[in-house]
Amino acid sequence: MRDSLPMKNTSATPLGAGAKRSTPSGGLQAWLPRLVLAPSVAISLFFVYGFMLWTFVLSLTSSRMLPSYDFVGFGQYSRLMANERWWVASTNLMIFGVLFVVICLAIGSLLAILLDQKIRQEGALRTIYLYPMALSFIVTGVVWKWLLNPQLGIQAMVQSWGFESFRFDWITDPDMAIYTLVIAAVWQASGFVMALFLAGLRGIDDSIVKAAQLDGASLPRIYWRVVMPCLRPVVFSAVMILAHIAIKSFDLVVALTGGGPGYATDLPATFMYAHAFTRAQIGLGSASAMLMLGGVLAILIPYLYSELRSRKHG
Amino acid sequence: MANVIRRQTPAARLFRGLLYGVLILAALFYILPLVVMLMTSVKPLSEISAGSLLSLPQNPTLTPWTKAWGEACTGMRCEGVGGYFWNSFAIVIPAVLISTTIGALNGYALTKWRFKGSELVFALMLFGCFIPFQVVLLPMAQTLGWLGISSSRAGLILVHVVFGIAFTTLFFRNFYVGIPNELVSAAKLDGAGFFRIFWRILLPVSAPIIVVSVIWQFTQIWNDFLFGVAFSAHNTQPVTVALNNLVNTSTGVREYNVDMAAAMIAALPTLVVYVLAGKYFVRGLTAGSVKG
Repeated sequence: MRDSLPMKNTSATPLGAGAKRSTPSGGLQAWLPRLVLAPSVAISLFFVYGFMLWTFVLSLTSSRMLPSYDFVGFGQYSRLMANERWWVASTNLMIFGVLFVVICLAIGSLLAILLDQKIRQEGALRTIYLYPMALSFIVTGVVWKWLLNPQLGIQAMVQSWGFESFRFDWITDPDMAIYTLVIAAVWQASGFVMALFLAGLRGIDDSIVKAAQLDGASLPRIYWRVVMPCLRPVVFSAVMILAHIAIKSFDLVVALTGGGPGYATDLPATFMYAHAFTRAQIGLGSASAMLMLGGVLAILIPYLYSELRSRKHG
Repeated sequence: MANVIRRQTPAARLFRGLLYGVLILAALFYILPLVVMLMTSVKPLSEISAGSLLSLPQNPTLTPWTKAWGEACTGMRCEGVGGYFWNSFAIVIPAVLISTTIGALNGYALTKWRFKGSELVFALMLFGCFIPFQVVLLPMAQTLGWLGISSSRAGLILVHVVFGIAFTTLFFRNFYVGIPNELVSAAKLDGAGFFRIFWRILLPVSAPIIVVSVIWQFTQIWNDFLFGVAFSAHNTQPVTVALNNLVNTSTGVREYNVDMAAAMIAALPTLVVYVLAGKYFVRGLTAGSVKG
């Protein structure tokens, strides 16, 4: 039935109208695509945009255990700014984020370049480098918590080899614990950066490199001056994805350090969860969530801007 | 990038040796935690405290695995992670199927039936890929309560579908953009309708992107912890939440071998998917991030 209806209409219209690519307007067929998209658009408007707005409204209220709509202006934001734990969490995110992104990029690009030298067993190595990305951050946290356990983990192992003075107890040291998060997160995500770079390298035109070789450029020089500039979009995407992972990091902290010792390894994501769900500070939690959103937008907007620009120019 | 290095000179040979050395060291860095996890999970406790991380199990035992599956305490209950393992499947399977179906239809409508504003609709939905989920947690908790599905599997399925369709739509839209429009236009002229064209023309060529979408959604939802911990009760928790509870339950002696066995159990499904379909896994990860 559905199919026969437009058939009749098409045959009734002059031939040229068929080229207008869709069935005549007004029919159900013309509206079907929009009908199919409607639920998703509604979901997106409500659950993404509506909820963002809702959280923003909550952040302007004095809500504690339960949401209330007693507005206190930007009071929660000034409380947040005066909250020492929030500053610890934000500083931690800066340290963690920068180290995580930089180390992942360094390891990922290095491994990709090395793997690109006609390596035997490349497939097997690639599989090994990338598998942590398939794991849950909770699993990663549990495993690394075990490895970093001073009494039974890496420290104990090296000491048993005869290096009695060897120390690797960062996970119990409030000043160093944040770096254990970096180690575990790099372990999990650097293989992914390798995969991104390798895909980028394989997409580069051989002739550019051949030409540079004929000019007598050395291998490191070729990579630095010729290949790397071609990979700028890959670097950009990788930074963007890694920064995004860093801001959203929650599971890893929960599983590896629990935010401790004390709150030494709190990140904004765990701060938000603790205040909104366990410490009955919904207003404050909402304010911190809004600042997290602000952080993501600060990264996202330049990215989208350059994407749109390059699409226009490309 | 082939043939960049020639192999004749001794210097080149040394370089090759170094190259393999670095690559193998890196491989050890990635693989050793898994090896340690596996070995620890089959050691009796006495061997763990006596030996070191890398000492091979002398009397391998599967007791930690059976304990982790059926007896270990996760918070107040001592029923192991087995039930939660099935919980995860009960949440993941419907959520993956629904979000992939919706994503496929969305991607199809957005590319083959463009209308005024369809690009805007896509941009609007795409934003959902980027938000930090902390910003939706509190309203979501309240909405699930209103719908009468808070702390239920249905609630978690809804959450994963809602925040999954941004990704699945992106996958299918980018895939269908590359499918030539000629066939679709011809079918339209012949009077074929929206669903008929999808069923007969698009779906038969969609296998690769369906695999990518299913794998991506499966790993994402299986590995989820934030939604799981925020929106579940003790009997509806996914396995990641149960694992975290198990590791943090402090009653009696810390049984590291049971912890590791439970971690292996939680990790196995996504590892199996990765090993069986690694190519598609990578494609999902890189989709949208490496532009041609």
